[in-house]
Amino acid sequence: MSDVLLSAQGLRLAFGGVKAADGIDLDVRRGEFLAIIGPNGAGKTTFINMTTGYLRPQAGIITYEGQAITGMAPRRIVARGIARSFQLPQLFTEHTVLENVALAIAAREGPWSPLAPLLRPRWREEAVDLLERFGLTSIAGARADALNEGARKLADIAMAVALKPRLLLMDEPTSGVAANEKMEVVETLARVLRAAQVTAVFVEHDMDVVERFADRVAVWSQGRIAALGPPAEVLSDPQVQRDVIGIERHAAA
Amino acid sequence: MRRTETLLAIGGAALLVLLAILAPWLRFVLTIALAKGVAVLGILLLLRAGQVSFGHALYLSFGAYTVAFLAPAMPEALILMPVAMLLSGLLGLVIGLFVSRYRDIFFSMLNLAISMVFYSLLEKLYHYTKGTDGIRVGVPRFLGMALERDQFEWAMFGTALVLALAIGCFVRLYLASPMGQALSAIKTRETRLEFMGLPARAVLLSAYVLSALMGGLAGSIIAMTTRHVTPLLGYWTVSGELVFIAILGGAGAALGPFLGAVTFELVRVYAAASFADAWQAILGLVLLGVILFFSRGLWGMVESLWRRRA
Repeated sequence: MSDVLLSAQGLRLAFGGVKAADGIDLDVRRGEFLAIIGPNGAGKTTFINMTTGYLRPQAGIITYEGQAITGMAPRRIVARGIARSFQLPQLFTEHTVLENVALAIAAREGPWSPLAPLLRPRWREEAVDLLERFGLTSIAGARADALNEGARKLADIAMAVALKPRLLLMDEPTSGVAANEKMEVVETLARVLRAAQVTAVFVEHDMDVVERFADRVAVWSQGRIAALGPPAEVLSDPQVQRDVIGIERHAAA
Repeated sequence: MRRTETLLAIGGAALLVLLAILAPWLRFVLTIALAKGVAVLGILLLLRAGQVSFGHALYLSFGAYTVAFLAPAMPEALILMPVAMLLSGLLGLVIGLFVSRYRDIFFSMLNLAISMVFYSLLEKLYHYTKGTDGIRVGVPRFLGMALERDQFEWAMFGTALVLALAIGCFVRLYLASPMGQALSAIKTRETRLEFMGLPARAVLLSAYVLSALMGGLAGSIIAMTTRHVTPLLGYWTVSGELVFIAILGGAGAALGPFLGAVTFELVRVYAAASFADAWQAILGLVLLGVILFFSRGLWGMVESLWRRRA
């Protein structure tokens, strides 16, 4: 079994004159937590969108477990074991949190009989258990449109985890989470993902989170990877500090 | 609420039977109402996904004309009904493959357009359809028995009632299943479904085919009850009527469409008898009242009354 789970080679995608991906080469290693940092508009979300099939690169190839997935439909990519969460949580707002997660379980388990209920005992149990691991038990019965931003974010990630992916791509999992809860949320998340042996790629703006949880960090800049390596090494690089972290700290302030 | 719903369904069915016994002339109206209720159940499935079809009279008329064409060769009600239903479902599959790619106004208008094409065919192909004169449907046999007109009307009323209950049960289970829940997910966050590996188009298509099956069945019951089919059954106003009934009855539960259909037909009959020129205005006022005061339809009204009592 190769050490590389996902590999992107020479990805290019431009929106008009803006190069959102200008030759991205990146290997994601099995089991690692890889953080993606960089200023807004650098192409971080575009990378996630290309990997999950939402956008098709104009050039380049993406392989997962050694097989090309470039330009496949999102649901075929999901079927192979890649799930994602969203910068703006994408919940089914007319459903409860429990039903949202149960729908994800149902999607993973399909096809199903049209007459057995969504909240059948086995799926309900699994959903309850997952929400417990995410610390969301208290809001399981709440409608998804009645949650605060932090809870919506976690519920969104819980839905992705319910798909039992081997690779999870998270777009800013901590944005919108209150500053004093941030570490706790990431702590919870890291525990759940490690226990489920999920490889994770996450876009992050909080350098403390990156330093503490990422095994490696990739610095995005104008559609390219400007630096890649362990956080301690990359984050202390003077150029990265000036070009990225400076901006990040400034933006955070 | 589940048990309440079952009790209300049984109570409602008993009430209809009682009405049909006490006022025999209402039997005809109630049979039509039950048939329309079945068609509206199909509309309700699509409404769950946030999609409004302004063309489901197509399936109603297709089912009705199937009966009109096949009745001379196959005069058995219990064969004609499933055949009309299945052929209509097949047509729904073909059209659904196309329209399930579209949403909102485009979905509504495409359904309308296709139904109007079919309506024109019914009207223009005089050689086959006898145009606006329509086709008379003889009294078919029922379970192999040649029934008197009165007995046959009872048989159709009973069949419509049993089918309404059975399909109502099915829809209730379907809506609680992952399939039905995914329908409302299409309304709120369709892209997420795709990112979970659930093909939204297939979910909508299944509901669409089910709605076509129900429309075809309803049409076959209407054809054998009125015993005369004309292109009018496929006109856009009939499609609008189905949506009207869905909103009037409320899309919250499987009982809503029947509540809406029975109310609609009774208001129409009585309003037409008392105020011949103004019955549409009266129906309009009833709907306006329901939308303004009970946005969840008559079923929503029943529900809140029940809650208040409990």
